[in-house]
Amino acid sequence: MSKLSEYRYAKTHEWVRIDDGAAVVGISAHAAEQLGDVVFVEMTAVGAHLKQFDRLGVVESVKAVSDLYSPISGVVTDTNGGLLDRPELVNLSPLDEGWMVKLAPDDLAELENLLTSQKYEETFGEGH
Amino acid sequence: MALKRGSLYPLHRQAGAQMVEFSGWELPVQFNSILEEHRAVRSTAGLFDVSHLGRIVVRGPGAFGLLQKAFTNDLTKARSGRAQYTLMCKEDGGILDDLVVYHRTEDEFLLALNAANTESDTAWIRRLASDYEVSIEDRTAETVMLALQGPESATLLARLAPPEVTGLPRFGCREEAILGKPVWFSRTGYTGEDGFELVADAEVGETAWRAILGFGVKSCGLGARDTLRLEAALALYGNELDPRTHPHEAGLEWVVALGKGDFIGREALLKDQERSPQRRLVCFRMLERAVPRSGYSILVEGREVGRVTSGNYSPVLRYDIGMGYVPAELSAPDTELDIHIRDKFVRAKVVARPFYKRTA
Repeated sequence: MSKLSEYRYAKTHEWVRIDDGAAVVGISAHAAEQLGDVVFVEMTAVGAHLKQFDRLGVVESVKAVSDLYSPISGVVTDTNGGLLDRPELVNLSPLDEGWMVKLAPDDLAELENLLTSQKYEETFGEGH
Repeated sequence: MALKRGSLYPLHRQAGAQMVEFSGWELPVQFNSILEEHRAVRSTAGLFDVSHLGRIVVRGPGAFGLLQKAFTNDLTKARSGRAQYTLMCKEDGGILDDLVVYHRTEDEFLLALNAANTESDTAWIRRLASDYEVSIEDRTAETVMLALQGPESATLLARLAPPEVTGLPRFGCREEAILGKPVWFSRTGYTGEDGFELVADAEVGETAWRAILGFGVKSCGLGARDTLRLEAALALYGNELDPRTHPHEAGLEWVVALGKGDFIGREALLKDQERSPQRRLVCFRMLERAVPRSGYSILVEGREVGRVTSGNYSPVLRYDIGMGYVPAELSAPDTELDIHIRDKFVRAKVVARPFYKRTA
């Protein structure tokens, strides 16, 4: 798994990290825990262009339905097909195997609009 | 208004349960994982705190007559030591509540009511009671109610309760002392599995809760209770049942004993019996991945024909399932439906009720 310092978070609990020029997106461990058992993830199709904070998809847990927003602008280049059969990866490994989509980012400067891991943890971590 | 909390609330918080609001109560929705809790009940056993259910004791020489008048099922078929699933209807046949009545002694009954309806039910029964010699006592606050559910329930309960309890038939009930204190046991539940429910004073209830968890049983929350009852296609008041719904629409005509003599709603329900209902509750399964939820539209050929009343992912069948009301002509198994889920119309088909039936 990548170093925590490489993750940036939206206030809506999605993370993004840059991996070989691609923006990899998932949801935070905190969000996965709050949602509980994830049973279905619906993602925007490959090829779609999203602006930062546009709706990217939907996460369904046994308990609730929750919208996903893209933490960065770009074109969707890949979705995590493994989640179709094993949506529980979002709970088991939210920051790594539970990733959801990859985008070709428009502008990495947008990362500045996001929270660092430390800031996210301070805001949404244990005890908040 | 402050939410109500059961006696075991501090224990649930300590155990790290996630809490939610339900019918005015703050209750554990999950202790760890709804899927794991659900599967534990289907494969071994799980323990629920269902203390939010209203517990009303009706006693006195007029108790039998009062309840025979208030409820649709025939209490003569539930002698002392038997529990019975029944309905309380309005004069027009609309359902006020579904409940279990436990016939304790000749003239003493315990009612287990839906949390959201306990107050209005009690007021309704009290109004009727003016013609009967009875006392009505709300025991919800002083007692706890636990449900031990799953195929290993009897074996596990044998470590705590005498054979008279573990040998109870389905819907049998009796009082037995554990640790010198009286506990009301019944072989009932709301999961589609074998299981027992216990009603006891708070202190004994807490001891029983701790003891059963000590046997290695998983504590289960409201989330698993809901997915389990959905697989078993058991109605939830507020979802499948409400004052505008009649028993035969919900497939509950078997709980209406028209031949037992007068009871509230009988005339309207007699008329219902003469004509088949215009809409029926159906079970359906999704044919593609998508989770149907309460309130979503059900369509046929682009026309809305009904609404989903309950739906979720089935942890045991491993596909998405739901229930909802549709016109009677669309209620036959294999009828194709579309469920409007966000911006999509997702294919589904009517299936036989229930989704899940235990084998033993």
